[in-house]
Amino acid sequence: MTATAPLLEVSHLRIELPTRRGTQLAIDDVSFSIGAGEVLGVVGESGAGKSLTAAAIINLLEPPLRKAGGEIRLEGERIDNLSFDAMRRIRGKRIGAIFQDPLTSLDPLYTVGQQLVETIRTHLPLGERAAQARAVELLEEVGIPAARERIDAYPHHFSGGMRQRVVIALALAANPRLVIADEPTTALDVSTQAQIIALLKRLCREHGTAVLLVTHDMGVIAETADRVAVMYAGRIVEIGPVRAVVKAPQHPYTVGLMGSIPAIGHRLERLRQIDGAMPRLGAIPAGCAFNPRCPRAFDRCLVERPELMPASGTEAACWLHDRPDHV
Amino acid sequence: MSDTILKVEALARDFDVSPSWLARMLSGSGRRVLKAVDNVSFAIERGETFSLVGESGCGKSTVARLIVGLYRPSAGRIVIDGTDRSLLKSRAAVAPLHRRVQMIFQDPYASLNPRWRVRDIIAEPIRTHRLARDESAVRDRVDELLRQVSLGTADGDKFPHAFSGGQRQRISIARALASEPEFLVLDEPTSALDVSVQAQILNLMKDLQRRLGLTYLFISHNLAVIFHVSDRIGVMYLGRLVELASTAELFVRPRHPYTRLLLDTVPDIEMTGRNRAPVSGEVPNPIDPPPGCSFHPRCPLANERCRIERPLLRVEGGSLVACHAVEEGRAP
Repeated sequence: MTATAPLLEVSHLRIELPTRRGTQLAIDDVSFSIGAGEVLGVVGESGAGKSLTAAAIINLLEPPLRKAGGEIRLEGERIDNLSFDAMRRIRGKRIGAIFQDPLTSLDPLYTVGQQLVETIRTHLPLGERAAQARAVELLEEVGIPAARERIDAYPHHFSGGMRQRVVIALALAANPRLVIADEPTTALDVSTQAQIIALLKRLCREHGTAVLLVTHDMGVIAETADRVAVMYAGRIVEIGPVRAVVKAPQHPYTVGLMGSIPAIGHRLERLRQIDGAMPRLGAIPAGCAFNPRCPRAFDRCLVERPELMPASGTEAACWLHDRPDHV
Repeated sequence: MSDTILKVEALARDFDVSPSWLARMLSGSGRRVLKAVDNVSFAIERGETFSLVGESGCGKSTVARLIVGLYRPSAGRIVIDGTDRSLLKSRAAVAPLHRRVQMIFQDPYASLNPRWRVRDIIAEPIRTHRLARDESAVRDRVDELLRQVSLGTADGDKFPHAFSGGQRQRISIARALASEPEFLVLDEPTSALDVSVQAQILNLMKDLQRRLGLTYLFISHNLAVIFHVSDRIGVMYLGRLVELASTAELFVRPRHPYTRLLLDTVPDIEMTGRNRAPVSGEVPNPIDPPPGCSFHPRCPLANERCRIERPLLRVEGGSLVACHAVEEGRAP
């Protein structure tokens, strides 16, 4: 453990969803940290809470969802209780964001250049001309050919992959320390997806930017992330270095998840499947939320909820790893 | 002796994507035609799984819709078990064909009528094709179908909104099986599902195929899924078939440069930390495809001939490949 605070620290985050039938916990006690320049992948099935976690960090939870507890610190400073305006200065400047659909994250009524210049001038002390020059530079950096001419084009002039490049340029415009990327390649074709992942990886390495990469695609995580957090029913069930989580997962859910991904190369007659489905909010069972689907569940799993604990190579929230007298 | 259940010959489908008459007059532009499917031919044997793979806009879903009769071909023939579908003019004449060829769609949220109970959704084909003597027989058959896709018979009385994506896809499968088809067209059946649910559905499809002797045409953009389910694979690019091979052949010896590109770019959990092969360019606009080989602007092997002359599918080892570079031995 180093003495310096991690770049981003989320501790005991809880997000509530008030409904007519009572308040439900969408995110239940989620803690993790990201070091400077590190890529943390967050995986899980739809509804596991990965996008909510990302939205909570940049304070963009959609009402009626609300933060019910916990702290979020950026470079040691608490950012979860800031005013709307103070938070707006952090978004874009210190935390960039990339969302799934590049068309909805760009304003169709402004040229790409206008949007870049606005972002640059909001966050950096640059004049119009200097901002223009920086915008062209950014577009070149994200691999848009003929950037000087394309800067006056509107978003609809660009293809899906090119738009996502523009969104990445926008996210990186003010040299943020952290980028939140929520399913950045899900809307793209496979061959384009490869280009965008390579680009994101290269830029973050060059700028020393940390990334919180939310995706349901384990392949993307395996290629991009340093560490992975696996979410299930609003909690992190396993977190650790990408190699360990992918090659030697310790939580039965992660084991099932990895086994259910068809892999090219060795063909199986049947895929390993996890029976059943993730519980809905409000129907999360007592004890470990995974217990009804878990092939290795025992008595304790039905009553007591496991916290993350060291498991060989990773940390897993699973009672199978609670062996105090063993190493 | 081969037993061909479906034969597609020189199939083509154009879509008129012209602007309105007024806009054309004002801008002086002409009609524009999108060739969604362009001269595609293949045959599927009884009992096999044939897959079409490609990126969005390559025409794979249009082929699926042509085969089940949702679109009419602009040219070419579709022969199902010896019957040329284009020769069947009346509704009554196509109905038996429709019974034997069913389709499962990508989005289980859009493909089930939200106002109908699951039981009625599944019973509709049974009633339409008069496959049961009376209402009690219909009921028994629906119960059997529900059990076949691992749902409870009590689920039949619920509405689709009570089910998750994976369960809805099971309902779609039950409905497709209701007419006792021999051939299922599966258009991205698991793309809207989470991976663990995808595994359940893929396993179910395999079980059903074995048990009922079904033939599948499987459409997907996901190469890992394609690898898992297919016996033979056709790779499509901008409306054309560029390579056709057995699964083993295609994944071990991909020949067309586009197939190689696709295989290179799959994010694979086996290759932690691998650096991807840099690939340039994107799929061009299908309204205005490049002349010659439509892949030439992105192809590292393209030469003058590729820019002018359109390559046709030809035998190359165990595969069919449409590529001048492969034909001339320029491909490494």
